[in-house]
Amino acid sequence: MLPIPFEITKISKDNAKTRTLLLAGQLPTRPSPGQFVMAWLPGIGEKPIGVAGLAPLRLTIAKVGPFSSAVHQLKKGDFIWLRGPFGKGFKIKGKPAILIAGGYGIAPLTFLAEEMKKRKIKFTLIAGAKTKNELPPKKIPATVFCTNDGSSGAKGFATDLLEKLLSKSAVSCVYGCGPEAMLVKLAEICGKRKIPFQISLDRYMKCGIGICGSCAINGFLACKDGPVFDEKQVAKMPDFGKTKLDESGRRVRA
Amino acid sequence: MRNPTILASGILGVSGDMLIRAAHGGAGAVTSKSCSLEPRVGHPNPTVIESEGLMMNAIGLSNPGVDEEIRELRRAIKDAGVPVIASVFADRLEEFAAVTSRSSEAWPHLIELNISCPNVESKIGMPFSCSFETAAKATQLARSSTKLPLIVKLSPNVPDIVSIARAVEDAGADAICAINTVGPGMAIDIQARRPILSNKTGGISGKLIRPIALRCVYQISRAVKIPVIGTGGIENGKDALEMLMCGARAVGVGTAVYSQGPEVFSKINQELENLMKKQGYSKISEIKLVD
Ligand SMILES: Cc1cc2nc3c(=O)[nH]c(=O)nc-3n(C[C@H](O)[C@H](O)[C@@H](O)COP(=O)(O)OP(=O)(O)OC[C@H]3O[C@@H](n4cnc5c(N)ncnc54)[C@H](O)[C@@H]3O)c2cc1C
Ligand SMILES: Cc1cc2nc3c(=O)[nH]c(=O)nc-3n(C[C@H](O)[C@H](O)[C@H](O)COP(=O)(O)O)c2cc1C
Repeated sequence: MLPIPFEITKISKDNAKTRTLLLAGQLPTRPSPGQFVMAWLPGIGEKPIGVAGLAPLRLTIAKVGPFSSAVHQLKKGDFIWLRGPFGKGFKIKGKPAILIAGGYGIAPLTFLAEEMKKRKIKFTLIAGAKTKNELPPKKIPATVFCTNDGSSGAKGFATDLLEKLLSKSAVSCVYGCGPEAMLVKLAEICGKRKIPFQISLDRYMKCGIGICGSCAINGFLACKDGPVFDEKQVAKMPDFGKTKLDESGRRVRA
Repeated sequence: MRNPTILASGILGVSGDMLIRAAHGGAGAVTSKSCSLEPRVGHPNPTVIESEGLMMNAIGLSNPGVDEEIRELRRAIKDAGVPVIASVFADRLEEFAAVTSRSSEAWPHLIELNISCPNVESKIGMPFSCSFETAAKATQLARSSTKLPLIVKLSPNVPDIVSIARAVEDAGADAICAINTVGPGMAIDIQARRPILSNKTGGISGKLIRPIALRCVYQISRAVKIPVIGTGGIENGKDALEMLMCGARAVGVGTAVYSQGPEVFSKINQELENLMKKQGYSKISEIKLVD
């Protein structure tokens, strides 16, 4: 599949760090929550970005470096090129569920929450950030917020809130996307309680389609077998939470 | 080798675990991504595009450098259960000796010398395999730096591949792998008014290059005594048998791993076995070559 240009119809500033682009048109196949696209700005770069919603197609992008800064410069009427959707997304099973997001992890989980709402599955969405001005806007009513510094919502880590919720009521599955340290904690908490989980892993991606091997993690390809993995797959990943491959394939701390 | 299919270099990358996965997928041997003395980040994205059976890549030979690659190779050698081929390259002729001897320290079963990547150019502006002098020189340097069997991988993008094949045979190669990617080619985005690949050009692989690979292997295998690994566009058992009938002793599989996953090796082997039975062959060595 070659990149397809999409016109930006609206841009919303979500907080100090992230913006959401609303796009005209749809991808060649219907994406599911957790799947991603390779987003290209000609002359600047091409990066993996999770699909944040359908109708209209949305991408939520945090400003962290050259590519994402260029995205933040885009205006209504500009174009962004996409190929995808790629990878395996979240599999919705059973109820009720807990969704837990850190940083731009809110993007695929907002999309997942919308799908769950459609299917009448009860859930709570935990959205965590370092501080108040990095929290996402409240798009989903069933959202609880927390900040590490306590400037808004509960004080502490998103996983503290997860632990509290799990001790109160039974949950069929926990869905997570965010920094790897948060996902490690999530896996630990769910592991102890034997609760199934699905988490989306970030690994350095180049081709996005399962040929170059840049995003390998213990014999799994994040772009093709993931980015969403369940507890059984994660159990076979000794490198999870420890190491990842950088742009050159060197092992660095995850 | 338990079967004639080999994971081609650069497919599934640098990590030992992915080589093991290809072995579990049925590959008879696996080749690591080409590595150099020093780490390389490669070209920026977009580095790979794919459309209707055609793939074009300009990864730019990103790799963690030989020191780190040795660890990944050792991991694969320990657990893959099939021969591991360590692919090496250099962008200066002088470095072929050092990268070959360092890689050999991991004790892979074979070394493959990649002198044919279109994304890396020697000082003269062409891959080393484009001239029989530089091809022979690189082969000699590697030959004198390792006791391991040495495969030399050739580029199809030359007017006379036979003279290059003879030159590397004379320089001490134990086998030849043909072919690396074709081209390089270009793909344009009309609206962006640019080539899609950041490197502008990329090497073409996949089923569309199979006729070129067949022709190269046919010509080379008649001109040299050393075995040839036939690589390029192989997707099924019939493709593999055609390649073997052109004189290849084994077949490399790359792009088909994208379309069919790492299990493609088992599928190709099963189909090949059935086809061979139909043709009355019980082993690879019985296959009658095309005229
Ligand atoms: C499956 C997946 C989904 C993602 N979804 C989103 C999303 O919805 N919103 C969002 O803002 N970001 C998302 N990202 C991360 C995003 O790709 C990077 O943050 C990218 O925008 C950084 O590019 P840059 O040039 O701005 O920064 P850089 O300075 O290049 O990089 C900053 C950091 O981003 C990460 N990164 C950079 N390039 C890549 C790459 N090719 N593949 C993976 N990680 C990379 C690295 O951790 C790096 O340290 C996702 C990543 C993956 C793997
Ligand atoms: C993404 C990609 C990366 C590659 N990297 C290398 C490499 O590092 N070294 C090498 O010798 N060949 C490399 N190749 C070439 C393949 O090994 C193979 O020779 C070529 O793709 C033709 O086979 P195929 O049509 O089965 O893919 C690469 C090919 C692709 C598609």
